[in-house]
Formats: sequence, C-alpha cells, structure tokens
Amino acid sequence: MSTLTLSGINKRYDNGAHAVRGVDMDISDGELIVFVGPSGCGKSTLLRMVAGLEAITEGEMKIDGTRINEISPADRDVAMVFQNYALYPHMSVFRNMAYGLSNRGMAKSDIEAKVRETARMLRIEDYLERKPAQLSGGQRQRVAMGRAIVRSPKLFLFDEPLSNLDAKLRVQMRIEIKRLQRELGVTSIYVTHDQTEAMTLADRLAVINEGKVEQMGSPMDLYSDPKTLFVASFIGSPHINLLPARFENGELQVGATTMPGFEALPEGVPLMLGVRPEHIAQHPEGAFEISVDLVEQLGADSLIYGAVSGFNGDEPHELCVRAGEASQREPGELLKLNFETDRAMVFRQDSGERLV
Amino acid sequence: MNNSFLHRFSTHGILILGTIFMSAPVWIAFMSSTHSADTLFREGLQYWFGGNFFETYYEVLFVEGGVMKKVTALEMLGNSMILGLGFAIGKVVISMSAAYAIVYFRFRLATPLFWVIFLTLLLPLEVRIVPSYEVVAGLGLLNTHTGLIVPLIASATGTFFFRQYFKSVPEELLEAARLDNAGPMRFLIDVLVPLSKTMIAAIMIIMFVVGWNQYLWPLMMTTEENSYTIVIGIKQIYQVLSEGGELPQFQKAFALTILAVLPPVVVVLVFQSWFVKGLVESEK
Repeated sequence: MSTLTLSGINKRYDNGAHAVRGVDMDISDGELIVFVGPSGCGKSTLLRMVAGLEAITEGEMKIDGTRINEISPADRDVAMVFQNYALYPHMSVFRNMAYGLSNRGMAKSDIEAKVRETARMLRIEDYLERKPAQLSGGQRQRVAMGRAIVRSPKLFLFDEPLSNLDAKLRVQMRIEIKRLQRELGVTSIYVTHDQTEAMTLADRLAVINEGKVEQMGSPMDLYSDPKTLFVASFIGSPHINLLPARFENGELQVGATTMPGFEALPEGVPLMLGVRPEHIAQHPEGAFEISVDLVEQLGADSLIYGAVSGFNGDEPHELCVRAGEASQREPGELLKLNFETDRAMVFRQDSGERLV
Repeated sequence: MNNSFLHRFSTHGILILGTIFMSAPVWIAFMSSTHSADTLFREGLQYWFGGNFFETYYEVLFVEGGVMKKVTALEMLGNSMILGLGFAIGKVVISMSAAYAIVYFRFRLATPLFWVIFLTLLLPLEVRIVPSYEVVAGLGLLNTHTGLIVPLIASATGTFFFRQYFKSVPEELLEAARLDNAGPMRFLIDVLVPLSKTMIAAIMIIMFVVGWNQYLWPLMMTTEENSYTIVIGIKQIYQVLSEGGELPQFQKAFALTILAVLPPVVVVLVFQSWFVKGLVESEK
C-alpha cells in the first residue's frame, strides 16, 4: 500500500555509459506499472535502482514520501522476482520462502503460518518440502513469486519473470500475476521487452528507449495516441505500417500517391506516415495498390502482407493489412486500399516527433 | 571377430601389465614387512606372506622403542593426521575467504590482487624455506603443530578454484539474499558454503593427501621425535635402525611405509564419488 516517486533519476556507470536519463514518474498506490522497451534500453537498470541493487547517480527516489536513495535494499521493504527465479538451490521451497522472514527475526510459528497461507494461494503447498531442482519451470516461477508475496512488501518488482517459460505457460502466468496483484493490491513494477505482455498487464505502461521514458500512459492511450515514432512502432502487434512521405505544395506525398486531408506540415523534411493494419480498408477505388506477398491466417482474421507500388526499391514500403475472416487472397494478386485518414499519424523522421 | 579378440587381448594385456607395474612395489613392501629381520637380511626382498605380521606391526605401532627411540608409529600417525587435517581445513578456510573477498567485494585492485595471489604459485615452500624457517623459529614455534601447519595453509590453487566456482554462481542469488536481509556473513554461511559442499569436499581430500605427504617442511621443523610425522619417521628409521651394530630391522621400515600409505588411500577410496562430483559438475 505504497506510492513511489522518481524525480530526475539518472544512472551513469564508471565507464561513462549513461544508462538512465532523467526519469520522472509518479506511481500511485496499488498500480501495476510496466516498463517496456528493447533490450539494453535501461529498463532493468531503473528497476534495479528502485530495488537498491544499483546506486542512483542523480535524482531522488521516494517510497510513501520518504527518500530511499541511501537505504539498503533489505530496508526498503521491496520484493523482487528475478528472470531466472534466483531460488536458493540447496533450500527446500519452504525454506526459500521463509528465509527472508527469519532473517527479519519473525517468530517461527508466524513464519510457518505465513508461508503455508502464501503457498495455498499460489497452489504450491504440496511442494513445500521439495528442492527447486525437482520443480518444473512454472512451479519454480510460483515459488519465486511466493518468496516475494510472503514478505508483504511495499513494492513488488518483476524483472522479466516470464521469459524463461514456454508460450502457453507464459499466458497462464500472466493472467495469474495480474489476478494476484489485484487481490493483494500491492504497488508493482513489471519489466518486460514483450509488448503483448506489457499491454495486457499494465494499468499504465512506460515505454523506455535509450534510458529515457518516451511516453507513459494507459495501454490504449499509447496504442491510439503515441507521441513519438518509437512508441508507435514499439506498441502494437503486428507493427504499425510506416511509409516514408513528404509534404509538398500543401499535400502529403506518399510514394507516387497523394494523400488528401493533411494541412500545415513542415515542407522539405522527411516525414513518416504511420497507419495501423486495422485502419486500412480494401476498396475498389483505393488510392494505394499492393501486390500480395503473403497471407497469414490467424483464424478470426487474417494478415495480408505486400509491397506498395510507386516506391523506389530502397525505401521501406512493405505493408500489412488486417482483413476479416472472409478475405481470401492469393499471393500475386493486386489489391486496392484506402487508409483511414483521420486515424493515420505523421511523424518527423529525424526527431521522431509526432506531427498529426 | 578374430581381430576384435586380438584387440581386446592386447589392450587388457597392456592394462594388466600397467597395474602390476604400479602395484608391485606396494605388494613387495607389504610382503617384506611380514617377515623377520633375519629372513630379509639373508634372502632379500620377499614376494609372499611371512609369519611375522602381528609381531612387527604390534611393535611398530604400540611399543615404545619399537621403531624410534621414544615415539611409536601410532603417535606419528596422529601427528600426520593433525598435519593433514589442519592443512586441509586451513587451506579451505583461507582460500574460501580470500575468494569470497575477491569475487563479492568489488574493491579496487581485487583483480590485480588475485593475480598476485596466483603468482605465489611460482614461490613454493621450497623456494622460501629459509625465511619461513627464520620466521617460525623466531616465533618459537619449532616442533609445534601450529608451526608445522600455519606457514603452509595459504593456497593460490584453492583460491583459484573457489574464485572460479563463485564466479559461476548466478549473481541474482546474491541480490535475492540482499533483498532477504542477509548480510555478507549470512550469505556466505547460508548460501555459498552449502552450495560449495562438493567443491569443499574435493579440495579437502586433495589437500589432506598433500598435507599428509609433506616432507621437506616437517623435516626442517621437527627436531624432536615427539613431533615427527609418519613420513619423517620413514626417513629417520633407517638411521635409528642401523645404529648400535644390530641387524637392521628392515621389516619395520616396510611396515611403517605401509602404515603411511593407508590413511590417504582410505580417504580417497571412501570419498571418491564426492571427489569426482566436486571437480566435474557444478550443482545447478
């Protein structure tokens, strides 16, 4: 039941690497915040700074209004779930969960009760006497979470906890984490590079790139209203379609096609037009034409991939269209398309800033 | 068929020859130790059991003056045991703490310091024996167990093994322990030591045998019979036995040799599986 405030957080390593650049963030009580970004973007570093495992070079961090910069990891009262679980291999599941409690001087009988209760909640009470090596990946994951939950910390920190699991288990555990977090109401930060995981879990998510928070907001905000090219291209599966464009004589030129409906854009600057695959419709008189390369059938709908005509060979001009179940297309076919102009976005190529 | 028979025959032949070659000296020593001094003097080395097993071993092990002037073989075995165990435990404790410091406390110069420790491999006891003797003599520790053990227990090899092992322990374990409110000592005792069990056992076994077989240092250090180890005993017995113009008691020298070999052999045989485990696999 806690809030976390980051102001002007920076991390510089001794070798000069600037891993986290000026992060400001307010996390309210009970929120589940997801840090998402490509590998090496600094999201894990930021999480580890919250945990106290990395020193803070600059800035201030507060839990419930109390500065924690100088407080040791153990005294911050945060619990972390590691990517490789980091269970103590020689201890039984019970001792793994009890270790943090007994180190804090809790009475034996209280520990016993607390561990059993947590184990019941996570459905691992049958394995309490086993060693981690005798458990499956999913069970180990539960134990790792149990070790965090049992301490009733102020903050849960998850560092890519699901990336060692297979796809099916990952989905299952994802739902479970969300459910547990709701139930317990503990403020949580979850780090992942998987945007689907980020979208499904987060109350709010922070897209991090090169040490900076590009944008923070609810998953749907970020999806429908990205502020930068990076956010637009990172969020969403399949990816947003990006086509190079120019603004000339008051009109937007995309390849050989002129798109109406855009005004007051800077001229002579390379731009990028972004359209989500579901905002493209097939139309017999469409302005764009693609030749179909590949059709992916997903069941409920299908994804049509193809190259847009009217571009030079060296520019990216692959397009993905989300089409309904009924749309059966063969490779090589020509398709006429219309973009939904009011849902399309325009970015500057150099700064990545969103213009429309 | 024929070919494979020949092949098996020749490989087994080679192995059997090798085995005989390696074990014959031990066999001869053991057999000779069961004969009387007369027989040995008259007929030379013996290849089969004689009738004096119990007399010889009883005299060597338990009778004062039976082998040395004062000390019995049993007491010398005791000294060797203290040296072997002290050497092994000391080395494990010292090298484990050194490796712990080097790997987990990231102080400046940790890596250069490790290589300095490693360089001491180039300075074995034999090279620094005179200054070591000076120091121990100056401290008045000649003929004591402390003086025998302490100068030997710093171990670059042990530090190296533990360092490599600790480096293979996932960093997250340390971080998890830090979040679990475990300080450096707790982490060492609750996590690292149990994880390194097999490693510790393997190093203990090797070091016990090395310590047991120490020769040069005890030879310089121990001038009184009471502090002789069994290895020194073997060396000294020839002088003792050939004194006084009597028949040399070679059967006792052989018996002493056999007694000196037994404990390391037993240790290695009993702990063989641990030993292999510790050196080959790392517990996941």
